[in-house]
Amino acid sequence: MKTVCLFFQIHQPFRHRRYRFFDIGNDHYYYDDYTNESILRNIAQKSYLPTNKLLLKLATLLKDKFKVSFSISGLALEQFELYAPEVIISFQKLAKTGCVEFLSETYSHSLASLKDKTIFEQQVKLHDKIIFELFGVKPRIFRNTEMIYSDKIGAQIAEMGYNAILTEGAKQVLGWKSPNYVYVNAINPRLKVLMRNFKLSDDIAFRFSNTNWAEYPLTADKFVNWLEKANPKEELFNLFLSYGSFGERQPKESGIFDFLEKFSMQVANHSKLKFATPSEVIEELQPVSAESVPHPISWADNERDLTAWLGNGMQKEAFEKLYNLRHQIAKCTETEMIKDWNYLQASDHFYYMSTKYFSDGEVHSYFNPFDSPYEAFINYMNVLSDFKIRLNTFVPENEVENEISALQKIVAEKEEKIRKLEATVSALEKKGKMKKTRLK
Amino acid sequence: MKVLMFGWEFPPHISGGLGTACFGLTKGMAKLNQVGVIFVVPKVFGDEEHSAILLIGANNVPITRKEIRFEDVQQKIDYYEVESKLVPYVGEEEFWTLKSHKYSKEIRFVNTNDGYKIEFSGKYGPDLLQEIRNYALVAEIIARDNQFDVIHAHDWLTFPAGIAAKNNSRKPLVVHVHATEFDRSGGNVNPKVYAIEREGMETADAIIAVSGLTKNIIIEKYGIPPGKITVVYNAVEPVPDETDKGLQKGVNEKIVTFLGRITMQKGPEYFIEAAKHVLKKMNNVRFVMAGSGDLMNPMIARVAELGISDHFHFTGFLKGNDVIQMLRMTDVFVMPSVSEPFGIVPLEAMQFNVPVIISNQSGVAEIIENAIKIDFWDIYAMADAIYGILNYKSLAKHFKREGKQEVENLEWVNSASAVTDVYKSVL
Repeated sequence: MKTVCLFFQIHQPFRHRRYRFFDIGNDHYYYDDYTNESILRNIAQKSYLPTNKLLLKLATLLKDKFKVSFSISGLALEQFELYAPEVIISFQKLAKTGCVEFLSETYSHSLASLKDKTIFEQQVKLHDKIIFELFGVKPRIFRNTEMIYSDKIGAQIAEMGYNAILTEGAKQVLGWKSPNYVYVNAINPRLKVLMRNFKLSDDIAFRFSNTNWAEYPLTADKFVNWLEKANPKEELFNLFLSYGSFGERQPKESGIFDFLEKFSMQVANHSKLKFATPSEVIEELQPVSAESVPHPISWADNERDLTAWLGNGMQKEAFEKLYNLRHQIAKCTETEMIKDWNYLQASDHFYYMSTKYFSDGEVHSYFNPFDSPYEAFINYMNVLSDFKIRLNTFVPENEVENEISALQKIVAEKEEKIRKLEATVSALEKKGKMKKTRLK
Repeated sequence: MKVLMFGWEFPPHISGGLGTACFGLTKGMAKLNQVGVIFVVPKVFGDEEHSAILLIGANNVPITRKEIRFEDVQQKIDYYEVESKLVPYVGEEEFWTLKSHKYSKEIRFVNTNDGYKIEFSGKYGPDLLQEIRNYALVAEIIARDNQFDVIHAHDWLTFPAGIAAKNNSRKPLVVHVHATEFDRSGGNVNPKVYAIEREGMETADAIIAVSGLTKNIIIEKYGIPPGKITVVYNAVEPVPDETDKGLQKGVNEKIVTFLGRITMQKGPEYFIEAAKHVLKKMNNVRFVMAGSGDLMNPMIARVAELGISDHFHFTGFLKGNDVIQMLRMTDVFVMPSVSEPFGIVPLEAMQFNVPVIISNQSGVAEIIENAIKIDFWDIYAMADAIYGILNYKSLAKHFKREGKQEVENLEWVNSASAVTDVYKSVL
């Protein structure tokens, strides 16, 4: 018996509007509502809603023979609430079938795991909270932003109580080994590691409608046949995709929905294949070995590393400047500030600043609201400058400012006192006058 | 293979990018060592006093011949100078005011007695077109006395010369469009200049455009079939590495530079408006407008009107070393051109480790990645880009390093090779 593990990632950032430097200190609204709403409505109509509908149909039809897992970022959920609440309702319906597992991730789809333990933990907790509120479940499996993973991140995730993590079956770490087994974290072997089969996953996500591809057209029969023909010892096919692959990257006209339906029916009714959620996978299958990942990997670009977000000097500066604020933000209790802080952390902002033109530039520009990485960088830094100014008013940055704000407080107090005293004086004066007149 | 090339200026006597481009191209060809070049230019350039004095007394003008040696490649090109009153990059009107009060006589060409002497006699008419026809006459003589396989004419002033040489020798003609009348005039197209350009393009066997932008203008405005036009981008001459040579700025402030002719084509007013916005937010920055042109006085007036004169400086026309000095002092270089067929100055700035902002309406934007590209009219984007480069360190750092590397890969030898391919296609 071989297991197929279907997992879909859903994330949408709050894209910034053109925020010029003249806005710094004057205008504190950073978001392009129109773009965010239209992108979200568009992808919901084209992809999320029809795919959810199909999955619901499959789940009702195949009952618990059909299994699928999701991770939805907190920012995406917030935008659904704002612009397309019907998407949340359709996910809730799916959740009720019992065929769905929701995974944990960072609330902002952020890069916090690479910077700060506390922030990372906060982000994860915040995400699990919203998942519990909406779907009534507590995630047990973790999937980090864009499959970013390293031994250290895994160890921390284990410490936080999760049983397994999803990541990319990157060639630079797997080498000759196959992603089609369960592995464990090299530091803490209690954490299972599920590695994405990028060949099979990308056949669906990227190549499905590519007429130049040798395997075009890809049919469910063909795909199932590949799974059957695989090495008999291999036990697991991790198909991890971005949910937008259905209906957005592969348009409806390409027959992607038909493919998904037929494929799911065939696997569910197959004698040697079955679906499982990540939780079921780690209960049923034995890990084969530890997998050492000293340097972070991800599922992005050809390099499968962090260079899509932290590849150039601009990205690094923006990233450092953002997280330099973390100690200040820890003391801040303003809801508006914390909201902006969460939105600012979205990894997308750094992705837009990538200068990898030649190899993966096309993918980068496809999702990029900016014409150039430089524009993206300037815009982000302008926003961050304003955010910092606001933060300083709530939480002073250093001793001088601390002192100033303390002094301001004292001055305010004294002024209040003076006002009160003046009031008493004038009251007394009035009394005195009245006495005098009475004496006369 | 030998090419007879008509230009109008050659370093060090240059007034714009064309001379630099011709020099680079011929040097690239020398390096390539496949094509011999005979280069013809009128000796007198945009310098009015100089030309006036030389021309008035001249009724027996020699065509001098000399060799130019490129030190590093051990190759030479033949170089001719033709005394003539050709003023590059001026509209007819300017040319007319320049000459009308100085010349009352007419000039006409008479037969030459030998290959190197032409007699000028009579008067100049107040007509630039006559000048160009004169140049064409000289071209005929040169064409008659030299052996070559292809004719290559740079920009409209030399097109009649190229056509004359073609008619005389029956060799194929390649015209090289560095700018069109639409770029220079900003819409007020001189129909006579247009006619000369169009005739040159139609007569030519092949056309070289300096950018896709220019190619499109040639197709759309001159009705030339696209198949006849090849885009060959310019390159830059490498400069010695001078990263260590720090230059002391007189002021401890950031410097933002506009460098070019102050004419409508270059969009100086947008630079000023952007400066105003930047100065609202930061004080430790100075703006420099280096160059001269017919819009200089209105620009000075505008700067005064905005009340930013204390942070905005006009240098007048800069030459040679001064340009390099200026670039070395610069923290951001801006080229807000309204219509720029190519635009070589940003590449030079990048060579000196200067981050550049260029308009999308420039040909150079087609080949450069490590620059901020904005629409010339979008002063907010321009101001934002200036502010960003000045304030966010990693951005300037990125441009300095990557930009320099990028321009170093632009070599004239590649352009020369592309031009040679065009020659081969017409032979």
